[in-house]
Amino acid sequence: MTTTVERGAPRAEPRGGFLGALTAFVDRWPVHLTLILVSLVWLLPTAALLVSSFRPADQVLTNGWWNALRLPFQFTLQNYQDVLDQNNIGQSFINSLFVAIPATLIPIMIAAFAAFAFAWMDFPGRNALFILVVGLLVIPLQSALIPVLQLTTSVGLTGSFLAVWLAHTGFGLPFGIFLLRNFIGSMPREMFESAYIDGASPVTAFFRLVMPLAIPAIASMAIFQFMWVWNDLLVALIILGGTPSVAPLPVQIASLVNSLGQGWQLLTAAAFISMMLPLVVFFGLQRYFVRGIMSGSVKG
Amino acid sequence: MNNLLTAIIVVIGVPGAVVGYIIGTEWVLRLVSETARARFRPWLWVLPAFLFLTTFLIYPTIRTFIASLQNKRSTEFVGLTNYLTLLGRGSFWQTLLNNGLWIVFFTSFVVAFGLLIAVLTDRVRYETVVKTVIFIPMAISFVAAGVIWGFMYNFNPDIGTVNAAIVGLGGDPAPLLLEWPRNTFLLIGVGVWMWVGFAMVILSAGLKGISVELLEAARMDGANEFQVFFRIILPLLAPTIAVVATTIVITALKTFDIVYVMTNGLYGTEVIANLFYKEKFINGNNGTSSAVAIILLLAIVPVMIFNIRRFRAQEAMR
Repeated sequence: MTTTVERGAPRAEPRGGFLGALTAFVDRWPVHLTLILVSLVWLLPTAALLVSSFRPADQVLTNGWWNALRLPFQFTLQNYQDVLDQNNIGQSFINSLFVAIPATLIPIMIAAFAAFAFAWMDFPGRNALFILVVGLLVIPLQSALIPVLQLTTSVGLTGSFLAVWLAHTGFGLPFGIFLLRNFIGSMPREMFESAYIDGASPVTAFFRLVMPLAIPAIASMAIFQFMWVWNDLLVALIILGGTPSVAPLPVQIASLVNSLGQGWQLLTAAAFISMMLPLVVFFGLQRYFVRGIMSGSVKG
Repeated sequence: MNNLLTAIIVVIGVPGAVVGYIIGTEWVLRLVSETARARFRPWLWVLPAFLFLTTFLIYPTIRTFIASLQNKRSTEFVGLTNYLTLLGRGSFWQTLLNNGLWIVFFTSFVVAFGLLIAVLTDRVRYETVVKTVIFIPMAISFVAAGVIWGFMYNFNPDIGTVNAAIVGLGGDPAPLLLEWPRNTFLLIGVGVWMWVGFAMVILSAGLKGISVELLEAARMDGANEFQVFFRIILPLLAPTIAVVATTIVITALKTFDIVYVMTNGLYGTEVIANLFYKEKFINGNNGTSSAVAIILLLAIVPVMIFNIRRFRAQEAMR
């Protein structure tokens, strides 16, 4: 996300050292002021959540979170212990992992095979089928969910993790196929030609050439799918239902919002627990996340 | 433990089965001629994906369309009754109006902020820091964002930051989420907070694609920064802005979680996607909920056509 190319407005004559840097900075104060203000506004809500989740309950409910920044500091882990013990958040965290990991891993191979066929095999109707995939990218899940629920009910899978994994696989495939097809399609033609001349079959070419080279795109797909499934409320709510033993974090927190109402010290702790993993993934693998967004991520 | 076993079996089993299937078909294809192989192979490779797409997207969407023409329990056809019932309700027009507000204001704020931040960060050294800060909310679930902003908007000035600020400036605390249209705009604000990062990332990449020489040449000819922005940057970024705007419009149409968590559609904040959920799971009506879903789908079709056109134009250039 960075560039070293200087493309800003022409600056004042460069002066050396700290003073020069300071002058250059002050000369463009409207730009800096705007950016700093916007950054603060963007951070404020999350900071409020984080600070409140570490405050004692009586403090959270009687005075604003900004007071916590005054001495003497009064911070506690009690809220985290409470939500983990009493509000089923620990179980929900495990459920979320249980939903998200398989739902991320299952679609990868299925999408990769289809993407390779779309990119490097000739067949009648190839374009029409791929355009169907592009169309499916934006289909609202609402238009498919009730029949999917009826389907899973008719085979006795409603409320089971298997049903959610398969449904998320289906819902995630258009994006996965689209992303991987564009990536695999941009590989050099000569690479495949020489492989085929050497007698390689498409299966060999796929496993020996395409898969190793497509790892960055597969990482983008996986991260995007993981974030999407981890943060999903609608599919989980409808197909898994609200039973605490299977409810993932978004479902459990949404129901805590209803039942706890003003129990802000608990809600903030629960919400922060749900954000931890996405934030770690985000900071660790931001590059792949951005690539996923760049490839026209329209989904859900 | 039982679940863990299922998970392991499925995580290894499904991809394993797909790989086995592809290798198996290759064995079978060896029995036929070279030309037949090349003809059948692509279909066999896309088949697993299309089985999933058909089961979970294509067939269900057709079923929803049929259900939208049937009664509450999907036992007999009732023509367009469900659609007429919906359109006859005053509250449904309020719902459509809200989605309209989301489309107009959510989209324009996200694009405008995204563009502003992309252009400004391009001129400073701490670009990455600002971008990361703006981008963080993209990683958070709508539910967590609902908690965060429910806390911000709380009526009690000793809890809610916004009301504390209002009181601090000498005003009276306001029940922020109880009055329409203020509440809808405040919910849109939550969406903007979450999605500006998305617009910023794409617009910033587009901006980096504009040649520095071109901008310098314009400045040498005496153009000021505003002219550079409006006469050069904006026209060149127009296609990228269109891409961002279509995605945001779709997000606006599908808005569900923010409304579900923060107001559950009460106090005049209802939107189509939440109405769908209510019609099905609160009112238990298959017909009207399907009709709501189909109306949502119809609203998205123009965007879908736009996307397909754009995709075709890109392919033509490849």
